[in-house]
Amino acid sequence: MGLFQIILPYLLAGVSVGGQYALMAIGYSMVYGILRLINFAHGDVFMVSGLIMVYMAQALPLYLSIPAVILLTVLLGFAVERAAYKPLRSAPRMSVMVSAIAVSYLLQNLALYITGGLNKNYPAIPWVSDSITVLGATTKRVTIITPFLMLALVAGLVVLIRHTKIGMAMRTVAKDFETSQLMGIKLDRVISFTFAIGSFLAATGSMLYFSNYPGVIPTAGGMPGLKAFVAAVFGGIGSIPGAVLGGLIIGVCESIIKGMDTVLVHLGLIRSPLELATFSDAFTFVLLIIILVFKPTGLFGEKTTDKV
Amino acid sequence: MTKKTHRLTAAALLALMFAMIIVLEQIIKPTDAAAMLLTVLKKSSVYALVAVSMNLLNGFTGLFSLGQAGFMLLGAYTYAIFTIPLADREFVYQYYDCVVHFSFPEALGSIMGGFGALLGVALAVILAGLVAAAAAWLIGLPVLRLKSDYLAIATLGFAEIIRAVFQWGKLGPVTNAANPLKNYVRLNFFRLSIGDTTINLSAFASVMMATLCIGAIVLLVNSSYGRAFKAIREDEIAAEAMGLNLYRLKQLAFCISSFFAGIGGAMLAMFANTVQANNFKAAMTYEILLIVVLGGIGSISGSCISALLFIFSSEWWLRGLDSGRFLGIAAPSVFRNGFRLVVFSLIIMAVVLFFRRGIMGDKELPYAAGRLWGRLRAFLAKADRKAGEPNG
Amino acid sequence: MMKKALALLLTGLLLATLAACGGSSAGSGGDRGGGGGSAAGNDVVRIGVFEPQSGDNGAGGKQEILGMQYANFETPTVVIGGKTYNVFLDIADNQSSNDKAPSAAQTLVSNGCSIVLGSYGSGVSIAASSTFGDAGIPVVGVTCTNPAVTQGNSHYFRICFLDPFQGPVLAHFAKEEYSAKKAYCLAKQGDDYSVGLCNYFMDAFGRDNCVYETFPDGTSDYSSYVANAKTAGADVFFSPVSTEAAALIIDQAATQGLTIPLLAGDTWDSNVILNAAEGKHVNICVTTFYQEGGNPTFDNGIKQWINGNSQAKANNGGDDKIAAVSAMGYDAYYVALEALKKAGSTDPAKVLEVLPGVTYNGVSGAIAFDNIGDAVRDVAYVKWCNPDTAEWEFIAQQGI
Repeated sequence: MGLFQIILPYLLAGVSVGGQYALMAIGYSMVYGILRLINFAHGDVFMVSGLIMVYMAQALPLYLSIPAVILLTVLLGFAVERAAYKPLRSAPRMSVMVSAIAVSYLLQNLALYITGGLNKNYPAIPWVSDSITVLGATTKRVTIITPFLMLALVAGLVVLIRHTKIGMAMRTVAKDFETSQLMGIKLDRVISFTFAIGSFLAATGSMLYFSNYPGVIPTAGGMPGLKAFVAAVFGGIGSIPGAVLGGLIIGVCESIIKGMDTVLVHLGLIRSPLELATFSDAFTFVLLIIILVFKPTGLFGEKTTDKV
Repeated sequence: MTKKTHRLTAAALLALMFAMIIVLEQIIKPTDAAAMLLTVLKKSSVYALVAVSMNLLNGFTGLFSLGQAGFMLLGAYTYAIFTIPLADREFVYQYYDCVVHFSFPEALGSIMGGFGALLGVALAVILAGLVAAAAAWLIGLPVLRLKSDYLAIATLGFAEIIRAVFQWGKLGPVTNAANPLKNYVRLNFFRLSIGDTTINLSAFASVMMATLCIGAIVLLVNSSYGRAFKAIREDEIAAEAMGLNLYRLKQLAFCISSFFAGIGGAMLAMFANTVQANNFKAAMTYEILLIVVLGGIGSISGSCISALLFIFSSEWWLRGLDSGRFLGIAAPSVFRNGFRLVVFSLIIMAVVLFFRRGIMGDKELPYAAGRLWGRLRAFLAKADRKAGEPNG
Repeated sequence: MMKKALALLLTGLLLATLAACGGSSAGSGGDRGGGGGSAAGNDVVRIGVFEPQSGDNGAGGKQEILGMQYANFETPTVVIGGKTYNVFLDIADNQSSNDKAPSAAQTLVSNGCSIVLGSYGSGVSIAASSTFGDAGIPVVGVTCTNPAVTQGNSHYFRICFLDPFQGPVLAHFAKEEYSAKKAYCLAKQGDDYSVGLCNYFMDAFGRDNCVYETFPDGTSDYSSYVANAKTAGADVFFSPVSTEAAALIIDQAATQGLTIPLLAGDTWDSNVILNAAEGKHVNICVTTFYQEGGNPTFDNGIKQWINGNSQAKANNGGDDKIAAVSAMGYDAYYVALEALKKAGSTDPAKVLEVLPGVTYNGVSGAIAFDNIGDAVRDVAYVKWCNPDTAEWEFIAQQGI
């Protein structure tokens, strides 16, 4: 096998999972851009979306359950914002963040209660979950679809933000929270809309992710959520291309690190494995710290100055 | 009352509390229903200390750090590695050749007997704190220059990195990789044997350690350093203008907080039967943060009270919600596995939303108790007058 | 200064006293009186069940409990010292987590259990061992196969075979049946069961011919590990992990067209695996304690019970296929009854005293303890999963 043939499966898996992180990262990025809030519950909304799909698919045919899942996830995102963040609009930032952690705790525990703590099998979506062979590597079709679907959604989102009225309002609010209110922008509506978009992307991401790795557990959203947030910071908070690039970089790095030992041994570069796979999750945070130290605003972030 | 009498009453009440714990420990047998009291008391003393140490950073200095679990991990491992008896090392490190051949309690115990072993345990605990503090110093170099949320996420990241490093197979000869460490000195080490009778002191030891550490933090908060920390919290730029060296003070607060988190980790190890890196996840930090917020950011007594309430209800009072029967109501289909945590998170949610300042706000207990006492006296006096009126 | 410290301590004191009162009332007014049997008026003896019902091993733990519950349904009373007792199964969930295990164990201890059964998964058993040990309560492990469970203590016993036996059995099987030259071993980081079993497997197979990797807790992406096995050119894929992870690994193996056999230990003998493998091109073999059909009376009885009890059926994963762990749970319950009868008392200390000498002829074979507290067993059953019918097929009975 040539080097390319060996690395290809890892690259494919990395790009695919990276695309799924990117979809979540956009949600983090937009919310942080507007509210300056790390929405810790976003990863759990992603997980709940997976669970809704599990239960929906038992009752409804797929062509009905997919839109239903998206709708319910959007409603959940909206409800979380109204219930847990809106009452704290004037509170210190730490209170809001703690509220986010509490929501995440609640969603995980609810999921634990409903599922009885057991792994739920995600339904296989025909065609999407089928095996295909690409350049000699066998994988699920969803792996190939993910990056394209993600890019299409992002393009749509960019158009929405640049060229619609609500998009303009979102940009204004992100720029200056107080002044935008003075300009007559209905803040609550803009914020709810932001959460709705974030949840819509999370629902899409969750379908792609769980089609690839079909096990839903209450903590399934935790690590992907953190990674997606890191992806958003890495690309520059508030920047959509940044979130996409961040997600892809993190996904590919993670996947390559898992396969690094085997590839290096196979190429004869090292004799015994270094057990690097242990660092597949931690490497994300290494990237985060490097970027925070050398370019705190991220790859595409705008520079902000502190006012006295 | 003068300061002196205050101190005297304080000391007397302290002694009374410890005496009571010791007595309870002798009366309650491990198979009694009330044995749960001692278990949760031990666990809440650990959480109280860790919450107070986090409060020192988040509440008093205004640095939002989420690295607590990482520093606890460092403390727990340091403590465990240096107290596992040499004879048991081969059994504990079953897949690796252990390279650390030193146990504090054994080394000192062989010279000075029982007292030496106790001293050895104390040294291991202090070393646990020092290792965590040293790591905090190193981590602080890059991250303390970051602001609020970025600092939070960076410290969280470091905690995750620490966890991965301790699970790395190549460090197995030191850390036993991801496998649990066991057979180290646990809380049941603290007992006195006089003849045939054994005096059990494990809960006493745990509460005592936490009390000493929290006492030290209280002293620190009320010193000139404490005032400097608060100045940073209130306004960094103003504090800098007053001539405070921001970076050094932040570094100091970070190291001290981590030192006590490390000791908390060592105490958690003593409380639990095994130490495993996998248990020190971000979720643990979140739990501690919730305790701090519930108690009131910037209130030491608040953190202690909420740690007690948090652990008591999650580990004990609400247990019935999981096993089909709660407050005498039997409803197995509702009160099934996981319901306890749902109710518990709803309570937390309610507190976060509606009692935003937590149990104590940023006040301490004597103040609140004093105010309550004042109101009660006023109320009694009024009632007294009213009662007197018809007669007069 | 001191005022604050004082205040804290006072609060602690107050709460502690409050709690003590609350605790004792909860203890007496709580579920202590609830019995599992139907005969009224009898005293109750509590058998603790220390099993995971949630987390990684939740599915397996529930199946193990099913065996005990069926046995309890079959024999709800026991005569101890000339007096008839109702047996109450006191079930505590250790959440498959080493740090939650001690407090679950403490609940059983303070509820006054005479003997405890469990757990599925070795890590939680080791983590909670000293909680039981400190209180002097005997524990009978049902399917915790890591040697460290019973080593160095006198209160932990077990009725299953051990990994130092199971590992070599699988290694020999791989070499003889599949003429395997190279094995890929995948364990969960820090999990006593899978890490231990992989190590014993590799010792028997030859470490130089094994590629060993671990995955962290919470992993859902196994594609890289399956790709690693392919790249390394392994002949067998050995992965004795929890059934939750197994389902995902099987899915990935099928996706990537991994044709080499997947081998695993007793945990994989579960309908979770059968359902995951159904209709896929995978080749799965496991070693196990019990072969369905080994004892028709037991099989039919428990199937009938499961089909008549919707909760039990849900806990068994929705069908009536009998997992080996259910048979083991069933045997464990009777071993506990034997011990109680022999002790003639519900006092844990008395039960502990007689337990080493207890023998019982169960559906999974004859059970007796050696001087460490382990079961004397030298036979394992090897089963193959037929993906077309989603049934286990018996292959061989294998010793070392």
